Amino acid sequence: MKHSYYEASARERVDALLDPLSFREILPPTARVVSPHLTALDLPTAFDDGVVIGSGALEGRAVLIAAQEGGFMGGAVGEVHGAKIVGLLERASREHPVAVLLLLESGGVRLHEANAGLIAVSEVMRAILRARAAGVPVLAAIGGQYGCFGGMAIAARCSNAIVMSEEGRMGLSGPEVIETANGVEEFDSRDRALVWRTVGGKHRYLIGDCDRLVDDEIAQFRAAFIALMREAEAFTLEALEREHAMLTRRIELFGGHADALDIWRALGWEEPGEVSVLDTREFALRAMGRRAARAGMAG
Amino acid sequence: MRSWRSVADALFPEGHRIEEKGDLLCGDGRAGGKVFAVIGTTNHAEVGVELALAMAAGVLDTVRTHPGRPLLFLIDTKGQRLRHRDELLGINSFMAHLGKCVEIARQRGHRILGLIYDQALSGGFIPNAMMADLCAALPEAEIRVMGLPAMARIMRIPEERLRALSETSPVFAPGASNYLRMGAIDALWSDDLAARLLESLDRADTTDRRSASGFDRGGRMLAQQVANRVTVDE
Repeated sequence: MKHSYYEASARERVDALLDPLSFREILPPTARVVSPHLTALDLPTAFDDGVVIGSGALEGRAVLIAAQEGGFMGGAVGEVHGAKIVGLLERASREHPVAVLLLLESGGVRLHEANAGLIAVSEVMRAILRARAAGVPVLAAIGGQYGCFGGMAIAARCSNAIVMSEEGRMGLSGPEVIETANGVEEFDSRDRALVWRTVGGKHRYLIGDCDRLVDDEIAQFRAAFIALMREAEAFTLEALEREHAMLTRRIELFGGHADALDIWRALGWEEPGEVSVLDTREFALRAMGRRAARAGMAG
Repeated sequence: MRSWRSVADALFPEGHRIEEKGDLLCGDGRAGGKVFAVIGTTNHAEVGVELALAMAAGVLDTVRTHPGRPLLFLIDTKGQRLRHRDELLGINSFMAHLGKCVEIARQRGHRILGLIYDQALSGGFIPNAMMADLCAALPEAEIRVMGLPAMARIMRIPEERLRALSETSPVFAPGASNYLRMGAIDALWSDDLAARLLESLDRADTTDRRSASGFDRGGRMLAQQVANRVTVDE
């Protein structure tokens, strides 16, 4: 039976993605590690501060996993939330699991503890890159309701590879933030089609910011992770130089286009409108040869 | 607020060759008989895809051309550029790329320092100064995620309430001294910038000590403790 990734909670995603009954949570809700900053504002806290972390198995091999819970403050990163992810990544550098899996769903920094959240995001970035330098692949999944925005979208692209669903969204500044700053003519956040084709999974796949596009099914995210674990590339200067060339070329080729439809046309989609209509399987087939050079593995 | 030139003159008494190209600063400077690669931003730069990529190019060029040369980020930014075009092009990937370039420089033996000499906002300094081994600020520097009025609007909490809370808690309030208490800013440099630069270079290493400093200084009491519990949990 189909088990929607989009609809599932963080815990449901973890349980369905790992081998059955293999998940063991670290600092579970019974440990009651909550945000002191939310308490100071008389706001509700969560006993896991909105992120589930622990160890488990994927096809019998040891992995560490973190899953952000969009249902609690949109998965936003505060001091405790961020520290749990940092600790998990430090543990990975020590224990060398076959991979760290990050199920990301976050609006970015939690404004209620803004400074702590911002620092935490940069600590997460450094911890991801340390784990990778220690030889542990870090793989990210994006497919939840709140997407992956702000600093967590930067952290996502510090991983080896990203798996997204069509429903997944990834961007630095959310459409509402851009509209508030520069007007509705700049970015109409209520234009759902515009939002989707700018930050949605298919566009991210076509320009090379995500490595696998899957249906909104937890089993498909799992299968993509299993495949990506085997091909993870080392964190090297040479890989970063390739990424640099790819990003330079991206601006040259697409920097003059005002809309995703123009970029897709430039990539060889004669009828770019069909991108939104095709199902994932058909889309992935048609995207062969109509997609910018794959980037995620090159950094 | 001081201009980048006056800051660079004070940092590098033995001279500097720093070019200003639009909002980008790029070049080198000399202090204590050492040469520093300098990469930075000015004019309260909005960091868009081009500027992030140009900073990354500066880092990669330093790694290739001058292995081991210490690198200083001189930062003045009002944050990431808030434009549809940047999002369309995947600005988060450009920011991450810059952060990764800084990390590879660190791993290949470059010491990385940051100095916030004017403004620093969220996405504008996360992938550069916040990736440094040690980041300092001038005492008058303004560091924040966003202003209290905007925060109050988004959080639906009265601004007066936030202002009152920011008196006692460094977690909300803008300002270099709060980032100092929380461990993200190593020190405030008020005088003799060249001496502070050289002293920091001596202490800089590859370990991220920000959560430990945040604890020691009483500004961020849980980050280190929680991370440690996760790392050693049986």
